[in-house]
Amino acid sequence: MSRIWMLGDNVNTDVIIPGRYNVTTDRAQLACYCLCEVLPEFSQQVQEGDVVMAGHNFGCGSSREHAPAAILACGVHVIIARSFARIFYRNAVNIGLPVLVCEEAVLASADGQQIDVDLKTGAIHNRTTGQAFQAEPLDPFVERIVAAGGIIEYICQEGTLR
Amino acid sequence: MGTLTEEIFSYKLGRTVEQAETIVVDVDRVMSHDTTTPLAIQAFRKLTEHDGGRVFNPRRSHIVFDHIVPAATIAAATLQRDIRSFAQEQDISILQEGICHQVMPERGYVIPGDVIVGADSHTCTYGALGAFATGMGSTDIGVAYATGRTWFRVPRTINIRLVGTLPFGVYAKDVTFEMVRRVGVDGANYRAIEYSGALIEQMSVSERFTFCNMAIEMGGKVGLVAPDATTQAWLRGRTDREYPLLAPRNPRYERVIEIDASQLQPMIACPPDVNNVVPVGEVGHVKIDQVFLGTCTNGRLDDLAIAANIMRGKTIHPQTRMVVVPASREIYLEAMRLGYLEIFVQAGASVGTPGCGPCIGRHNGVLAPGERALTTMNRNFTGRMGDPTSEIYLGSPATVAATALTGYITDPRNVL
Repeated sequence: MSRIWMLGDNVNTDVIIPGRYNVTTDRAQLACYCLCEVLPEFSQQVQEGDVVMAGHNFGCGSSREHAPAAILACGVHVIIARSFARIFYRNAVNIGLPVLVCEEAVLASADGQQIDVDLKTGAIHNRTTGQAFQAEPLDPFVERIVAAGGIIEYICQEGTLR
Repeated sequence: MGTLTEEIFSYKLGRTVEQAETIVVDVDRVMSHDTTTPLAIQAFRKLTEHDGGRVFNPRRSHIVFDHIVPAATIAAATLQRDIRSFAQEQDISILQEGICHQVMPERGYVIPGDVIVGADSHTCTYGALGAFATGMGSTDIGVAYATGRTWFRVPRTINIRLVGTLPFGVYAKDVTFEMVRRVGVDGANYRAIEYSGALIEQMSVSERFTFCNMAIEMGGKVGLVAPDATTQAWLRGRTDREYPLLAPRNPRYERVIEIDASQLQPMIACPPDVNNVVPVGEVGHVKIDQVFLGTCTNGRLDDLAIAANIMRGKTIHPQTRMVVVPASREIYLEAMRLGYLEIFVQAGASVGTPGCGPCIGRHNGVLAPGERALTTMNRNFTGRMGDPTSEIYLGSPATVAATALTGYITDPRNVL
């Protein structure tokens, strides 16, 4: 069971991890400033396994992979959004941060509620309201990368990119 | 048969590709910069730890130092030192002569029909020369450095047709604001944008760069202009490689948007989203603490010329400061020869080292709490240039120059 952290539309990578804090490859340091512009309490209070929910176009803007890396380093289990910006989506999949698209779940949930997410099936269960939802299925190619745990793991498994 | 994107991929793969198909393609060039290279190296190392650990081709691998140059902090200097050592090991020459998106085309590294991936979202700029170029994260770029390949889902395409002529005081940047206003900040997500129409045909490569640069501000995967005589003239002397003049053939567009530039006025994108667009005349009396002329959107010679012509012999408003950063060394030198830099310095501006300058809030003009900037940048996101309570407005080089003189957001038609 996990807490929902609810965000709005068009949350860009500059607010997920501001440029002044991403001059590093240290994940723990990135985690300290994750979402500091919009949810200053997030990095202190987030628990391992929590879920981030967001509206449309989550992760728009810069291609900085520091953004999904910071969220992953905070221990977030999955991001569920109404839609993701393309580069962020790809980056998250590549580094093994689960991302699901589910309009209904986002619209019917609220910050602080408790939720269960089955990453294998995409089944979402809001424990606070009792409602159940099904995330959109993944693109078959993306599904293979996710199953491997990331693009590096996928290529190592396959021997090449194909 | 197909959109320009489909034509490029079909040409690369030697077979006809279909929309929504997932393909794996060889890339012509891979690029990363001082901020995104460190994570790309980590991905590259993980992937190549069992073999020799060499990049697919050092002559087609490009590392550009542009985000924090010269290094402003010990942290930045340390990352740059580590990148230099990687580049030396891999026989890659580091380019430190301006913004990656200006330097790559200037050096002749971008030709029509190329497939290029870069660890920066504005890599889509190169589409102005008819190359399929897109931004990715560091891990994708690490994979491309190691394998020389990447994967794509062949995107659907939005066609933006530009007609009419630019009215007095209205520039390419104002037209891009109208596009973002119409399409929205995610209206082109996962899609290609193809720019066409009589106005595009008349526009310079520099203006086309401005359009394609901001494709990502609509969520676009790529912004493309079909190569023509203007493209060929620009490439002459920059490359001696042969290239195909690919063009869309009976394309199936998801959506066609027509914009008549004759109807437009100078525009401003107000904080904190790029589609928050209003005509300059409707923005009210907005005092500006700092103006910034530069970036991969508007730091080219024609942009500097527009601003210099407005500012010649004048001084900036005493309550306002101005930062000018030419997009590349080539532009810097030419602007110096033509006297533009002297005009800016005489007016009281700071002229910075070619690079990204204060666009990402790390040096060279960071904003204090509550301060307001008007810039020629492509993004006005919260906190991008400094304190999260500072605000960024976006405008054309002419609007920025006019505002430098008055200290508040000013319609350039009032000073031209």
